[in-house]
Amino acid sequence: MIRQMLAEAWHAMGANRLRTFLTMLGMMIGVAAVIMMLAIGRGAQFMVDQSIASMGSNLFIVLSGSATAGGVRLGSGAAPTLTTSDAEAIADLPSIAAVAPVAPGGAQLVAGAANWSTMVTGTTSAYLDVRDWSVESGSVFTDADVRSQTRVALLGQTVVKNLLGDEDPLGKTIRIKGSPFTVIGVLASKGQSLDGRDQDDTVLIPVTTAQRKVFGSQFPGSVRFIMAQATTAAAMPSAEREMADLLRQRHHLPDRADNDFDIRNLTALANAAAQTARVMSIMLGAIASVSLLVGGIGIMNIMLVSVTERTREIGIRIAIGARQRDILTQFLLEAIIISLTGCVVGVILGIAAAVAANLLANVAVVITGAAVLLAFGVAAAVGVFFGFYPANKAARLKPIEALRYQ
Amino acid sequence: MDDEPLIRVEHVYKQYETEAGPVPVLTDVNLVVARSEFVAVMGPSGSGKSTFMNILGCLDLPTSGRYLLDGRDVGALDSDQLARLRNTDIGFVFQGFNLLPRATVVDNVALPLVYAGIGSEVRHRKANDLLAKVGLAAYARYVPSQISGGQQQRVAIARAMVGEPKLILADEPTGNLDMKTSYEIMEVFTRLNGEGITIVLVTHEPDIATYAHRLVRFVDGSITHDGVASRSAIAGAEA
Repeated sequence: MIRQMLAEAWHAMGANRLRTFLTMLGMMIGVAAVIMMLAIGRGAQFMVDQSIASMGSNLFIVLSGSATAGGVRLGSGAAPTLTTSDAEAIADLPSIAAVAPVAPGGAQLVAGAANWSTMVTGTTSAYLDVRDWSVESGSVFTDADVRSQTRVALLGQTVVKNLLGDEDPLGKTIRIKGSPFTVIGVLASKGQSLDGRDQDDTVLIPVTTAQRKVFGSQFPGSVRFIMAQATTAAAMPSAEREMADLLRQRHHLPDRADNDFDIRNLTALANAAAQTARVMSIMLGAIASVSLLVGGIGIMNIMLVSVTERTREIGIRIAIGARQRDILTQFLLEAIIISLTGCVVGVILGIAAAVAANLLANVAVVITGAAVLLAFGVAAAVGVFFGFYPANKAARLKPIEALRYQ
Repeated sequence: MDDEPLIRVEHVYKQYETEAGPVPVLTDVNLVVARSEFVAVMGPSGSGKSTFMNILGCLDLPTSGRYLLDGRDVGALDSDQLARLRNTDIGFVFQGFNLLPRATVVDNVALPLVYAGIGSEVRHRKANDLLAKVGLAAYARYVPSQISGGQQQRVAIARAMVGEPKLILADEPTGNLDMKTSYEIMEVFTRLNGEGITIVLVTHEPDIATYAHRLVRFVDGSITHDGVASRSAIAGAEA
């Protein structure tokens, strides 16, 4: 019986090929739009999530305050108020899991005939914990290295590629601002940061070595900023307060004086970015869903026309023994076939469009099974929902009136 | 049950609700039709004979009164049971043939069996047998628009017969056909009646009515004549 009905639905659809195709087209476009928009939204979300993960979690950055030189205010981080001992003191706070002082600077690197200019970061081994980073090969410098100002370096992948090419970097000697350093490790790849910087274009060296042997500083022990990681996300507000209190006390600031440092909650910023991406993803999906709805209304419209056109046929069927549910099934089946066929093609089109967007426009796309399933489910539901009213109308026709219909 | 007549209509009234109030169409109609009878129903337009046929065919229910088909009170059945009754006990032949225009001849004939839940193989065997019986075996794969009106009506008769019904209701089956074809169609009905099938046939044409054995005449929603379908009776009814 169902096979016969499928065959009849196929026949009925074949009788009006262009109309059937156009109805399906509405569904195809709707489904393809949903798939593509979700893929792009997900892609954006994925990029942001990845950047956030690469930054490290529950993160604070403590910057030294602004300085004034001859009436010119120099902006955040200009005054050398933070020191490595501030970092050590912060590390003792119970709400803080890890702390890394950071003394960065640009430097020219030389290895053999090759040279490369990059950001050299003086820090401690805790930097890798704070940033959720690891070494791909070799090892991290130790606290002993930091104490004794050893000339050792960890290279980012971009630096390795530009400076050493395919050579095994471990044990090689490179020169940073002229002084020789031994490469003891290579950092794992981290990709782009939220603002698009290449995070692999970096060199890590012990903070003390950076301060005294590479950049030199007129303020001994000063660092540009301190990265601190709270134990948990919930501990972040109290950690921020405790750090501020501690630093004010250490810097001997009177009660009325402003902070000579600046604490920023990076996680809050990152979460805002993630939230934005998520909202965008949902919005894209919602907008695309509207076209799915329009496709559904198209189906309903055509099915209503079809029921009217075939009123006499329905009358004949009822007269020779079709029950109401036979008529209902027949028309519902037609609507479902149209929406499902449209949906299958739409999924293919949507995936193709997403892949094309990725290849041609370099847009990040993530196609999830859940998104495809969602589009499919919604399309099927739309088919049933919008197919039901016309089918029900057909099933409830009065046989004598239907037979008399011209 | 066998002594029970096939059709028993008792005090049937039918009225349609219109904006101008109820309009009576049938008034106290009583009729008993035995098995294997061949009844012609005549009457002017608007006399209620079509409404009466719709009630006999379980397409419509009387406002009051009882209609028993093969001993079963039709008024007590729900819509699914009525559909089943139309499917198995009744075959319809219409003036306008009412074939599905897109389906082939053999699919048209087999259609009632679809709703009876019969498998495709049996359906097609039975449909082809009946097409052979009405002389259209060669046209099984045609669609209705490719064959003549007389042939279409024979397809419709084959469709009415395929469920092996007890009763065939024919509403002016020759109304759209020329004289020669009409007689051919009536020969088919006569043959079926000879096989024991009860036929109730509405017609305007005295020639056609003479094929029946009994004549029922409707005027203004009531039966005014019920008797042998002799030429004189038909002529009298026409007058």
